[in-house]
Amino acid sequence: MKTFIGIDLGSTTTKAIVLDSDATVLGRGITNSRSNYGIATEVAKQDAFLDARFFLFRELLKDLPALDGHLDEFLGTFEQDFRLEQFLDQLVELEKVCVDSAQDARLGNDGAETRALLADIFRRLNDEVPKLYAQGSSRKSDFFRDIAGSQYSRAAELLVQDSRISFEALLNVYDRSIIDVENRISTSADEAKFMSALGRTCGRSQHLSGLLEELQQAVRKALDIELEESYVIGTGYGRATLPFSKEHIRSEILCHGLGAHIMHPKTATVLDIGGQDTKAIQVDEDGIVESFQMNDRCAAGCGRYLGYIADEMNLGLHELGPMAMQATRKVRINSTCTVFAGAELRDRLSMGEKREDIVSGLHRAIILRAMSILSRSGGVRDQFTFTGGVAKNEAAVAVLRELATENYGELTMNVNPDSIYTGALGAATFAQRVVVH
Amino acid sequence: MNIAANQKPEVHKEESMLMQKEMISANFDALATAHEEGKKISSTFVPGNLNELLMCFDLVRNLPEINALQSAMRKKSGGYIMEAERSGHSEDVCTYVKSDLGMMAKGQIGPTGKPLPTPDVLLLSYTGCFTFMKWFELVRDQYDCETAMLHVPYQADGEITDNMRDFVVMQLKEQIIPTLERVSGIKFDIDRLREYLRQSAQAEEDLVWVLESAKNRPSPIDAYFGGVYYCGPIFSAFRGSQEATAYYAALRKEVADRVEMGLGPITPEGVMQEERIRLVVEGPPNWTHFRDFWKMFYDEGVVVVASSYTKVGGVYDFGFRHDPDNPIESLADYCLGCYTNHSLPSRVNMLCSYMDEYEADGFLVNSIKSCNSFSAGQLLMLREIEERSGKPAGFIETDLVDPRYFSSANVKNRLESYFQMIEQKKARGDAKTAT
Repeated sequence: MKTFIGIDLGSTTTKAIVLDSDATVLGRGITNSRSNYGIATEVAKQDAFLDARFFLFRELLKDLPALDGHLDEFLGTFEQDFRLEQFLDQLVELEKVCVDSAQDARLGNDGAETRALLADIFRRLNDEVPKLYAQGSSRKSDFFRDIAGSQYSRAAELLVQDSRISFEALLNVYDRSIIDVENRISTSADEAKFMSALGRTCGRSQHLSGLLEELQQAVRKALDIELEESYVIGTGYGRATLPFSKEHIRSEILCHGLGAHIMHPKTATVLDIGGQDTKAIQVDEDGIVESFQMNDRCAAGCGRYLGYIADEMNLGLHELGPMAMQATRKVRINSTCTVFAGAELRDRLSMGEKREDIVSGLHRAIILRAMSILSRSGGVRDQFTFTGGVAKNEAAVAVLRELATENYGELTMNVNPDSIYTGALGAATFAQRVVVH
Repeated sequence: MNIAANQKPEVHKEESMLMQKEMISANFDALATAHEEGKKISSTFVPGNLNELLMCFDLVRNLPEINALQSAMRKKSGGYIMEAERSGHSEDVCTYVKSDLGMMAKGQIGPTGKPLPTPDVLLLSYTGCFTFMKWFELVRDQYDCETAMLHVPYQADGEITDNMRDFVVMQLKEQIIPTLERVSGIKFDIDRLREYLRQSAQAEEDLVWVLESAKNRPSPIDAYFGGVYYCGPIFSAFRGSQEATAYYAALRKEVADRVEMGLGPITPEGVMQEERIRLVVEGPPNWTHFRDFWKMFYDEGVVVVASSYTKVGGVYDFGFRHDPDNPIESLADYCLGCYTNHSLPSRVNMLCSYMDEYEADGFLVNSIKSCNSFSAGQLLMLREIEERSGKPAGFIETDLVDPRYFSSANVKNRLESYFQMIEQKKARGDAKTAT
């Protein structure tokens, strides 16, 4: 099967989309951009191809009478189990690297004790992680680095209480090791992980246990379909670092414009708030960019702003939006400078303002900055599509909707659940058009 | 045009470039030794400069903005700006001013390493930039030297009236010329002025021919990055001199040869091979990263066919020439007609005519962070030009001579996006035409 790939190398995350010849989305992949765009590209692409396998499973299993009415539930659980297998696989790697790192001669007599603690930590991790992937559970992040890091530090904090080894020393071992592990491309056989995950999923239900053989056959059949990389197009901030020729690179402006048009064909104005860029794009009825504006010289008011605030408040990024939605009064935050906003946040807290009210004010500050870039680009036209990582934040969406309506009147505002993939979708569509048209 | 990343390109220089280099160097030498040789020095600004008049009094001409940009190209302006900020000039002040004041504070050594002696007279021909007035106030305070100020009325309604001209002529006759006579000790000779203006008109004729050669396809010149070199002599200490006239004659011949051979512009890495996009640009270039900035264009096959910056020292392509038969009046018309003295609607009209006549594919604004006079209104201009021309417009922000305000990765990112947007629109337009 011919496939077309779009890769969006953002400053925070790298996204990939795989399309077939009819421009149907087969799979989506995402990873943290690290400091290595080459690895991030490979990991995101690999992730998108694995996701494409689930698309193919669905196609092969949709007519299976035994799964009638339960297909979504089955595939959801199966995917979670597969992600768990992937995680456990990487955890084995991480433990090996951590242990090697603890052999460091500088640790002297502490080395043996450190290794013993590591064994305890990883034992705990192996026990706890399956709960994170259980049905109905939620995770702060889907990235191995984040999940492993938070579990590791929690376990380490508990275990060092009766030890000579300091928490910082254990954290240092982790920090040195994670970079190595996350920069490795997985080479272990996917089929084994799929089968193991399938066994796990089917083992939970008598009904599915009876279907195991049939399901294994379908999975093998789907895995046998060759996914041929026909054309790749890269976009995003890190695109220049890719080993792609010029024909395989498009600016993120064109990709976001086209991606938003594909997701919502009546899109006229696109706002994308990414990690360090805010883009306001005007497109025509075919998704062709007519004009655009981006933040200049300074990344104040971009996605990183919220990341920094989350760190300051010791919260996960995904927790900011829900917290802001609890606000009962408007707190005006004047600064869109990330560093100054941190100071303002501490000042407001010391004055007794409520956290949710302050966080709501911070969301308003970031969107006000975006409104200024939107007006520079020619304003907001109907329909208005909001994309990028910040579009996942319900509080940011609510303020944007309010301000857009206030300034430009009633309009349809689209926020796609897959909006983070908009740039990658545009890039993949360009790739598909190069070959198919 | 790709070259290995670690290989420094050999810069190609034509005869005219070498001529200009010698002229600039000789002027810095003349400034360095002026006082020893008993000559007086004038400082004046590029827009509205009265070079021919200053030559009538044997004054050696110093142009502070030229010093600032030359310092920036030699990577010296950053240090000067820091020096000026240390003495209390804020971060948002025009960086030409700070570079100049910093250079003064650091011992008045010019861009070529030669001393820049204290001027004997400051001639401020006010043509739209309010900062120039404040700049010379500071310089006068420092040097305690004579200042002559010519008030040039702003072309708010887009035309030069008789009253406006008369007002400038009156000042020239009653204030400027007597001041220059007093400072120099030389009596004004109108015939000497007529001769210089005759030279100017000839050079202006050739300059216009060169700039208009960009109407060819491919354009034999880059009218922005190359254009700033072409305007160098006529915008600075040389307009009216025989060297300048000879320079423009040589330049015209070189460009005519290029047109004949169907060649594109010369860039620091040789002749541009393929012309993919033709642009009109508003705003000055960035001087601290001039080559890197230019490379972002020629690497993508982008040529600038017309620019407003090459008109700040005089607008000649709508017919104005210095006139030896009406010398003082034509100096007045020159000052009144500088690009910096034009209103926003006039600037829009001029740029729209360039879009049309030079068959440009897009319009780009390089807005200057520290220039409050000319950055104001540029987004409105952009919208208007975009609408009237139907061509895509782009907007970037850099600075004149402060290296801290040139973010290479960001500028490149925005330019690439803009160029690809133009190509996408062009491709669609071509496809529609084909069907």
